[in-house]
Amino acid sequence: MRKIIIILLFFNLGYGKAYSIEPDIFVQSTVNRASQILSKNISKEQKINELKSVAKETVDIKGVGIYSLGSARKSLNDSQKTKYFELFENYFLKSFSSRLSEYTNPKIEVQGKKVLNKNYTIVNSLLIATSDRPEVKIDWRVYTKNPDSPLIRDLIIEGLSLARTQKEEFASILNSSKGDINTLFETLEEFSNN
Amino acid sequence: MLKNLLIIIFSIFLLTYNANASSDGELKLQKDDQPKEIKDCFEKLNRATFSFNQGLDKVIIKPIAKGYRKLPDPIQRGTSNAVNNLSTLITIPNNILQGDVKTAIINTGRLVINTTVGLLGTIDVANKMGFPKYEKEDYGQTLGAWGFGPGCYVVLPVLGPSTIRDTSGSFANVLGGDPWYNASVHGNNEFLSERVYLTSKALSGVDFRANNLESFDNLETNSIDFYASVRSLYLQDRENKIKNNQRGNIEVLYNDEQDWEEIDNK
Repeated sequence: MRKIIIILLFFNLGYGKAYSIEPDIFVQSTVNRASQILSKNISKEQKINELKSVAKETVDIKGVGIYSLGSARKSLNDSQKTKYFELFENYFLKSFSSRLSEYTNPKIEVQGKKVLNKNYTIVNSLLIATSDRPEVKIDWRVYTKNPDSPLIRDLIIEGLSLARTQKEEFASILNSSKGDINTLFETLEEFSNN
Repeated sequence: MLKNLLIIIFSIFLLTYNANASSDGELKLQKDDQPKEIKDCFEKLNRATFSFNQGLDKVIIKPIAKGYRKLPDPIQRGTSNAVNNLSTLITIPNNILQGDVKTAIINTGRLVINTTVGLLGTIDVANKMGFPKYEKEDYGQTLGAWGFGPGCYVVLPVLGPSTIRDTSGSFANVLGGDPWYNASVHGNNEFLSERVYLTSKALSGVDFRANNLESFDNLETNSIDFYASVRSLYLQDRENKIKNNQRGNIEVLYNDEQDWEEIDNK
């Protein structure tokens, strides 16, 4: 009886306590998952769908969406926000997965990490060179506000931030339409539907 | 002589214009002197030039780059090494101008070894000997290191993205700052000529394009405003190069936390 109580107690403790995940381990496990998908003998369409699922679990799509809007985020009303997040998610998943699907069996090695503050850790990794391309340095901005569930917010490839590039693209579209958010909505919709 | 004088006057004009652009708010500088917002002063013209360059790329440059990629590996690598070796002639004076004498000495060693033992730079012997990774420097980077802001973004016909500062910097090459240009164009020898210089520059461009065939296609397919993507990537790359982030200066690269922090506080 005593043994059962002890086992139950441990069981309970194990479930009750949430374990924080180290950002570098999180990134390595994410890239391993993506790499497995990319090396599978399935169609490109299937690969894209599986990559989308991984992205939904591991990327803070909403956070990236807010960041990408830049200062325009302050002037959106609630219904525009809802529409934006929906359009952004579709756009992001399509763009992200089709970028990745070009690679076949990429090997990424996590090499280290640097804690910037309690919210962010940068994980450094290296895409190993092949006969077709040189090695590529990839840094991952991991959002660690909830240490039990870290999320990716940016990929910095050879020092070039994808989130910043996206933000500047959105700003350019907004500037050319004198800040009309509907133009951005139309562009995002068009991209996702093509 | 008149040509050089005109170039000098034009460069001074560009830099003066650049300084004015910085002071009237077109280029916003933060406390850490990192440019946060660059006004695309000539956006209409830039977009037109960008379209022209894309057409040129599609019809001429990309097919040549594709053909280049089909050449045997040693030829591609040899060409790439040789044009890189020539670029050290510009890198060395810029290392010195930026006060980095140690790297200038290392790069001089690299140039001597690769040009002699490495058969005119076609073999990167210095790399095999364990020299540190080579990082190119140019006069635009030096102006940046001296505190000049990038100024307005410009797209040059054929040459592609640049800024007022970087364009001004590149004039230094033809004003005596590039020993390879001096030897080819003004040198008195039977082996070198302006044509050799232009060929080396063209090869450098084709080599760069060939190394980026897939990434450019990928970027174009996945951009909702390709022009803005290229502008952003160019400016980020220059910022990194000026601050020597490629040498692992991670603190500089990630010190722009304000925007990320702001969205967390919402």
